[in-house]
Amino acid sequence: MDLVLSKEAINSIISIIDEDLLRAGADCVLLVDRSGNLIVNRGDPANLDVVALAALSAANFGATAEIAKLIGEDDFTLLFHKGKNENIHFTKVGKGFILLTLFGKDVSLGVIRLKTAKVTEDLLPVLAGEQ
Amino acid sequence: MSFIDLSKNEVQCKIVYYGPGRGGKTTNLLYIHQAMSEAVRGKMVTIDTKGDRTLFFDFLPLALGKIQNLSIKIQLYTVPGQVMYNATRKLVLKGVDGVVFVADSLKVQKEKNVESLDNLKQNLGDDTIDIGEIPLVMQYNKRDLSGSNIPILSVEEMERDLNNDLKVPWFPGSALKGDGVFETLREISKRTVKHVSRRLLSR
Repeated sequence: MDLVLSKEAINSIISIIDEDLLRAGADCVLLVDRSGNLIVNRGDPANLDVVALAALSAANFGATAEIAKLIGEDDFTLLFHKGKNENIHFTKVGKGFILLTLFGKDVSLGVIRLKTAKVTEDLLPVLAGEQ
Repeated sequence: MSFIDLSKNEVQCKIVYYGPGRGGKTTNLLYIHQAMSEAVRGKMVTIDTKGDRTLFFDFLPLALGKIQNLSIKIQLYTVPGQVMYNATRKLVLKGVDGVVFVADSLKVQKEKNVESLDNLKQNLGDDTIDIGEIPLVMQYNKRDLSGSNIPILSVEEMERDLNNDLKVPWFPGSALKGDGVFETLREISKRTVKHVSRRLLSR
């Protein structure tokens, strides 16, 4: 099955991400599908290879889903990687998408979690309408 | 699953290089990466593992120019060939739009080739994809060994073993020297883009 997103759909995804996550202090936000396609990237991904990040994130999510199965879970809904200066938060959006949020040490994980939960909810109808 | 972004007029397709372990899938990608200009290719990602086997996958994005006003972006992936890594192969196959089957010409790999093709059939089937429907191209790799003292399979024998029913395009290759690498890539890209556009038009 292919995913075709109209200009309007892309614009609504962008405004949902910008309004909630970038305004909350996220450095960069990516929406990718679980086969590794980069759908939208927002924020300031200077020197960041977003295409590779999308592919690796989809694989990372797939690999952890296998870990989930080993411990009797269907899937994990979120993942969090903490770095010295930069952190990544991954959230599952529906069955087929992943939202990646990169944020620095001055932004609290709680805020990101709260905001990604809202963004996920807002993105679902946009993505569902277009597939 | 291809992704079409109508705001950028861009289509992204996923092509997976499949085949038995140590058959030359990664070498194909490395050759493409070295031979293509930076304007066309992105960064090649190889997940760092010990030894020269692929444990997860390699990844190489390419921008193949425009068809009418649509930019074509292709993402090449390899899978680990070793039998035991089937879960990883299934993961990488997720959303695939086209497959290159890199078969090993070494005589000792005769059965491994057939086994790997059966495994591809099975894994695609699990995702409700029919191997006869998806764009597929064969590459009979390591042809540069013909004439050496290492026993290799003839192309006719490989055709009989692997391509008798499928009857897909095939190319003799030497991924190490670059022979057949771009012919294979060109054919699979053409077929994949055609297949995706046909699917889109029928929506």
